[in-house]
Amino acid sequence: MTKLHIETTINGEPREFLCDSHETLLSALRNGLGLTGTKEGCATGDCGACSILLDGRLVPACLVLAPEAQGRAVTTIEGLSSGDALHPLQQKFLEHAALQCGVCTPGFIVAAKALLDAKRNPSEDETRYWLAGNLCRCTGYDKIIRAVLDAASEMKESAI
Amino acid sequence: MTTPREFKYVGTRPIRHDGVDKVTGRASYGADVVWPGMLHGFVLRSPHAHARIVSIDTRAAEATPGVKAVLTGKDLPETTATIALGEAAIDLRDVGDNMLARTKVLYHGHAVAAVAATTIDIAREAAEKIQVVYEVLEPVTGIDRAIAADAPILHPALRTKGAASPGAAGPTNIASRLEFKRGDVDAAFAEADVVVEREFRTPMVHQGYIEPHACIARCGEDGRAVVWCTTQGPFVVRDACAAIAGLDPAHVKVIPSEIGGGFGGKIVVYLEPMAIALSRKAQRPVKMVMGRDEVFRATGPTSGSRVRVKLGAKRDGTLVAATASLWYEAGAYRGSPVGAGAMCALAAYKIPSFFIEAHDVVVNKPKVAAYRAPGSPIAAFAVESVVDEIARELKMDPIELRLKNANAEGDKAPYGPKYGPIGLKQILEAARNHPHWTSPLAANQGRGIAVGFWFNAGMNSSATVILDTDGSAAVVTGNPDIGGTRAAQAIMVAEELGIPVERVRPGVGDTDGSGYTDLTGGSRVCYATGMAVIRAAEDVRDQLKARAAQIWNVAVDAVGWENGRAIPPAGTEKAEAMTVAGLAAKMAHTGGPIVGRASLYAPMAGPAFGAHICDLEVDSETGQSKVVRYTVFQDVGRAVHPGYVEGQMQGGAAQGIGWALNEEYIYDADGVMENAGFLDYRMPVASDLPMIDTVIIEVPNPLHPYGVRGVGEVPIVPPLAAVANAMRDATGIRFTELPLSPPRVLEAIEAASAVSVGA
Repeated sequence: MTKLHIETTINGEPREFLCDSHETLLSALRNGLGLTGTKEGCATGDCGACSILLDGRLVPACLVLAPEAQGRAVTTIEGLSSGDALHPLQQKFLEHAALQCGVCTPGFIVAAKALLDAKRNPSEDETRYWLAGNLCRCTGYDKIIRAVLDAASEMKESAI
Repeated sequence: MTTPREFKYVGTRPIRHDGVDKVTGRASYGADVVWPGMLHGFVLRSPHAHARIVSIDTRAAEATPGVKAVLTGKDLPETTATIALGEAAIDLRDVGDNMLARTKVLYHGHAVAAVAATTIDIAREAAEKIQVVYEVLEPVTGIDRAIAADAPILHPALRTKGAASPGAAGPTNIASRLEFKRGDVDAAFAEADVVVEREFRTPMVHQGYIEPHACIARCGEDGRAVVWCTTQGPFVVRDACAAIAGLDPAHVKVIPSEIGGGFGGKIVVYLEPMAIALSRKAQRPVKMVMGRDEVFRATGPTSGSRVRVKLGAKRDGTLVAATASLWYEAGAYRGSPVGAGAMCALAAYKIPSFFIEAHDVVVNKPKVAAYRAPGSPIAAFAVESVVDEIARELKMDPIELRLKNANAEGDKAPYGPKYGPIGLKQILEAARNHPHWTSPLAANQGRGIAVGFWFNAGMNSSATVILDTDGSAAVVTGNPDIGGTRAAQAIMVAEELGIPVERVRPGVGDTDGSGYTDLTGGSRVCYATGMAVIRAAEDVRDQLKARAAQIWNVAVDAVGWENGRAIPPAGTEKAEAMTVAGLAAKMAHTGGPIVGRASLYAPMAGPAFGAHICDLEVDSETGQSKVVRYTVFQDVGRAVHPGYVEGQMQGGAAQGIGWALNEEYIYDADGVMENAGFLDYRMPVASDLPMIDTVIIEVPNPLHPYGVRGVGEVPIVPPLAAVANAMRDATGIRFTELPLSPPRVLEAIEAASAVSVGA
């Protein structure tokens, strides 16, 4: 079985990896590249635990083949904080106690980043529908939604 | 009466200590580690719901390049061991059989063999080469079939345990039957002015944790094993692995990973002993990770049920009589939570005469596992629906009806003991006085209320508090942190030592690094393990006082303690109050390091009640419904970290709403689950729910130094009936079967309108 050689950009850094033609990007990130912050909850695109950005677009990494990353830019949860500063979404999740077990958290934060990239001031309804592809079984979503709305309002203020 | 203690840290909302790791993706869960040289394990599962295993031929799999070990039930010893778990016990023979079938497969997805290979693809392909010859048997897919006279028998040796029905001495699928009674029920019903009787059904539902089961194990030539896994109970895993894999428990160490949800479903073992046995054969570490369909088919769920409830009341609303007949599916092996369901069913009410019977029924579906307040939500769905009907018959406010009959301190619980201080009346009064209860409803909306009860658990806990020379402290317990317990434990140490909560490092120990501790479950961690943490911190404080006494050359008893400082007795020369940091800096010269420890067995816990108000909007053209407002009232004793207490209340409510509206195991006639994925097993998503409001009521639990009660389980108990009662209010229809999914609701609405048109 011949492995494919893929050149891509992950969290701003050029990266290369080898993968099988049928391997998912999720598997390549977790197993080949050691980026285990992206989680597998279902492998069928239903839970959002493996949310990543591919050229800025929100996708479940379990439904992307690893070779599709060739020449593209991938952003994972590991790429959100900069230096010693958390992303405002990460900070607000902590302040609002918006995680319990924490396994869905990276996917929610990446999906919420995609929302705030697309819309600076989302309503509660827009936030709920945008995040409807991410399952959380612990929180009932209340504190997650509050954290995202709070982060949005803080990022809007700091942008002014 | 003692003055209520004033707290400095308890009741605050510090950022959890494990939080940054979890929002940055650095935290390591079950499937996140790689061990050098590790193999990948894959499980071959039964395509039949009920069949005898005639033969298994593994030769082709073993001959596949890259395959290092193949395992079948014959490779594991039979065990008769059990693990005590509160009042229940885990039968490890059944756990072992459930993990890997020996002679019969008892549900679709039951494991029959496992392969370890150098890649997961090779392991999967090799598993498909294993030849299993089955003699297929008729599946028993529900309670009605299981108890029919001509039903196929799952376990030929099974006999009904407990108060048996007449004539049930031979082979049966009814594993146990028990009764609770008080007073003369027939006479009491004869005196009732209003009697309502209904029969309810609920399907199996899954805990739905987002992280699938995962582990990695290595077992060396010396028979010593190390297991890394996602679990609620590392000590349970250790003892189960030893018994099932045939190892000395002294030679097994279990390291709990971060855990991505459990809700009771990550207590028993499904993979770990297999990974050990494969590793023992291959002499390399073996990693095993379940897919989501395996999680649905072969782990969890909780029981499907049939429950008949009859209540009698006087015209003034006084409940006088009750009967309840509970039938719960255990899945493939005995042990449904029907006993707990029977004990919880009437826990809220003073009813002078009742009779409750409870049946544990085996069926060809996965063996049920604990799920948040196991057994109680099913019973509450039935009882609280009938209470709602009684209120309607009497034209009485449903909160007033419940208040009139509510148990309070000193009343005898239906399951035996007298209640200590409980907050049932307080939560009902809070609900009555809350603006939600009297706010206007829009068109097509209805409002429902229901209450729920859970015992909560105590059991075994240990804690160690380690003081550092800089005056900071570490606290270690054996409870995996499933929802913020590290933060609560750090708050407790900060409170006792008077050091900032940020200077406490809370940690989860492995089975060698912490004293024996029962599982994370039973709403026991903040209560029982919290008590051990408080006592261990007190131990440190006592040692610090002794060091101060030594420095000042005074008697220990004369040393005071205020705000994190040792206070010298009045008149001591040249002595000034010393902080924890000041005393810690002198540890080396005053006797060496300071470690505080405590271990305890808490036989009792503070039981808890919750009340939920649900507003539901129903689309009569599609049967679709949506929760538009929801408020949770709960007596939590004392909220140590209110943010995570609210989170438990909200999360439990959301799970219960899912159970009420959408979730169900759907089986075909052959006993094959048809919806083993998140697309078709429909858990609530963010757009399904409104904000879930919480009202924390604090009636201190006298068994805990701060008054803490367990919090995690109660909130899943009321929603099933709260939602169904709201549906009744919105549509005029009493639904007795869950879930209230659009097709079921639409059919009932159309049937009701056909009747009214016909009339």
